[in-house]
Amino acid sequence: MNTKAANSGSGQTQSGRPARLSLADWMPKIVMAPTVLVTLVCIYGYMIWTAVLSFTGSRMLPSYKFVGFDQYERLFNNDRWMVALSNLGIFGGLFIVICLFLGVTLAIFLDQKIRAEGAIRTIYLYPMAISFIVTGTAWKWLLNPTNGLEKMMIDFGFENFKFDWLINPDMVVYCLVIAAVWQASGFVMALFLAGLRGVDGDLIKAAHLDGASTFTTYRRIILPSLKPVFFSALVVLSHIAIKSFDLVAALTNGGPGYASDLPANFMYTYTFTRSQIGLGSASAMVMLGCVLAILVPYLYSELRGKRHD
Amino acid sequence: MKKIAFGLTTVALSLAAATAHAGEVEVLHWWTSGGEAAAINVLKEEMVDAGHTWKDFAVAGGGGESAMTVLKSRAISGNPPSAAQIKGPTIQEWGDLGFLTNLDDVAKKGEWDVILPQVVSNVMKYDGHYVAAPVNVHRVNWMWANPEVFRKAGASIPTTWEQFIVEAKKIKAAGFTPLAHGGQNWQDATLFEAIALAKGARFYNSAFIGLSDKTLRSQDMIDVFDTFKQMREFVDPGFSGRDWNVATSMVINGDAAMQIMGDWAKGEFTAAGKKAGIDYVCYPAPGTSGEFTFNIDSLAMFKVDGKEKQAAQKDLARLILEPKFQETFNLNKGSIPVRLNMPRDKFDTCAHSSMDAFLASSTTGNLVPSMAHGMAVNSMVQGAIFDVVTNFFNDESMTSEEAVDKLARAVKASM
Repeated sequence: MNTKAANSGSGQTQSGRPARLSLADWMPKIVMAPTVLVTLVCIYGYMIWTAVLSFTGSRMLPSYKFVGFDQYERLFNNDRWMVALSNLGIFGGLFIVICLFLGVTLAIFLDQKIRAEGAIRTIYLYPMAISFIVTGTAWKWLLNPTNGLEKMMIDFGFENFKFDWLINPDMVVYCLVIAAVWQASGFVMALFLAGLRGVDGDLIKAAHLDGASTFTTYRRIILPSLKPVFFSALVVLSHIAIKSFDLVAALTNGGPGYASDLPANFMYTYTFTRSQIGLGSASAMVMLGCVLAILVPYLYSELRGKRHD
Repeated sequence: MKKIAFGLTTVALSLAAATAHAGEVEVLHWWTSGGEAAAINVLKEEMVDAGHTWKDFAVAGGGGESAMTVLKSRAISGNPPSAAQIKGPTIQEWGDLGFLTNLDDVAKKGEWDVILPQVVSNVMKYDGHYVAAPVNVHRVNWMWANPEVFRKAGASIPTTWEQFIVEAKKIKAAGFTPLAHGGQNWQDATLFEAIALAKGARFYNSAFIGLSDKTLRSQDMIDVFDTFKQMREFVDPGFSGRDWNVATSMVINGDAAMQIMGDWAKGEFTAAGKKAGIDYVCYPAPGTSGEFTFNIDSLAMFKVDGKEKQAAQKDLARLILEPKFQETFNLNKGSIPVRLNMPRDKFDTCAHSSMDAFLASSTTGNLVPSMAHGMAVNSMVQGAIFDVVTNFFNDESMTSEEAVDKLARAVKASM
């Protein structure tokens, strides 16, 4: 970057000796080129291919017989897809809200200069080190009515204790929320804790001198200044929610029935096991739309913020 | 001169060696569990004995989903394996796409039309030509029972679904789980199709092969759903998402009385050191004694380049149908040979009963393809049926009439 800035600053490159650009000038471009190429092909290229496929009648293998919006029409007439979408709404909404709330609360508590903070922070953060597959499998055992929590409580003498969310089609989606929150709230806590530590200490002291209580300080000064952290957490969490696949695969496998299906699982099932590549691609495009719906406003606000600087 | 002559001889010899050594077959399969791997090794050895090289292309994952994904990517890139474990209507789908090779000459020499029941050979043909070789036959409509549990509960083995419900209530009252079941969609469908089969092979065929709207909406179908729903109260609360072999172990341990599952369950009993007829008994699923729901594994042959590879592929197809491989493979796998009239002294009583039913049903028209195991309908229709069946089983508020309507509409939408 430095060389480039220096070069353009002195105007040498424009003034007529482009042939003599040194290797150092080219180095960053050469180093970056493979990554850019791979990203272009493997992310954007396949994205476009999926978009194309979603307008074809592809079944077992990709074909290029275009059928217009047929696949989208079939998709939104598909009962299972509607279940998956509404599950995403419930799961995503609850997951994000609970994670943010728990994360902020835990971060504030940990910020009170308590003893053994490092150890506690590690304990909270540690679930993030486990993959969703492990989380899902472990919670599957815990929530299983015949050998998990329910059995334990009954063995303790609570004969009428009942906790069968995992096999109840109406409640199973909340099991996903429990497991996902358990895993991700520590991570949100870590984000906010870092943010809290970054708040200017003088500001807080000034507030205290003005007679503000700790609660007010947090509410009026500290938390508002953490808006960027809040947005980052929101974007990351909503990504996790939309792409959530492994958790469902391990915890409920979409069941009972397809009561706990999420769009990612729907897409996998239809594309790879039911030979409906066209329909699967259409569902993938809808998911992409969901991601963009969150990402575009975020990027817009970020970029606009930069320009104001 | 001598040197040149020597050199030429060497070249000639190595050429001769190469032609005699023949070709290579690459076989994509998902027989990766202990018994299955032992079973496929038999074929591997026979191919090596015939002078070919065997390139194993095993992709783990019981249902073969990952294997199918790999196969698709290989086929798209123009490099399919010589043979792949594909079965049922999927063979037709691959045939439609023009990937499969013609095996008619091998079939003619081996008299496949004579040694295979017609229902089986039809599945192996695309457009009237053989494109795949069948490996084994699984009977799906089996009921595995633990006689000890029945004795303790004072119940008797049911032969109809009405009786099943009566006996299951007794067993439940005695504190056992009447029906060991895993709540995965294909297991739900296995149970469902067993109940549907009790309505007769004609009903079954019309519903799951003909996909007749009238049959799907018929009173018989409503009855089937009614019976199916009653099964819900005979499974334990932890059934959701349970693997089939875990359900089998409930019967083995004496926690549960019965399981409706294909004959691959036998492998679990054998592995647990149990004896057929003593520690466990096998009966046809209630109401289906003369009938036989088949699930046939087969290796479909892909078009490959090179004479040697093609020769090796033909040899592979030939060896699969030879009695020796059929016997060893099926003893290891727990299934029965596809060839009729094989020597059967090495097989156990359950396999004998399976063979009798196979033989008898192949002449009476009671030999039907399993819908739950992808033999009757393509994966799209199968998926649609699975969705309705499994949702109905888990949703307490759905009535049989609603389910029938949903089934008919889902099947139509997926065709």
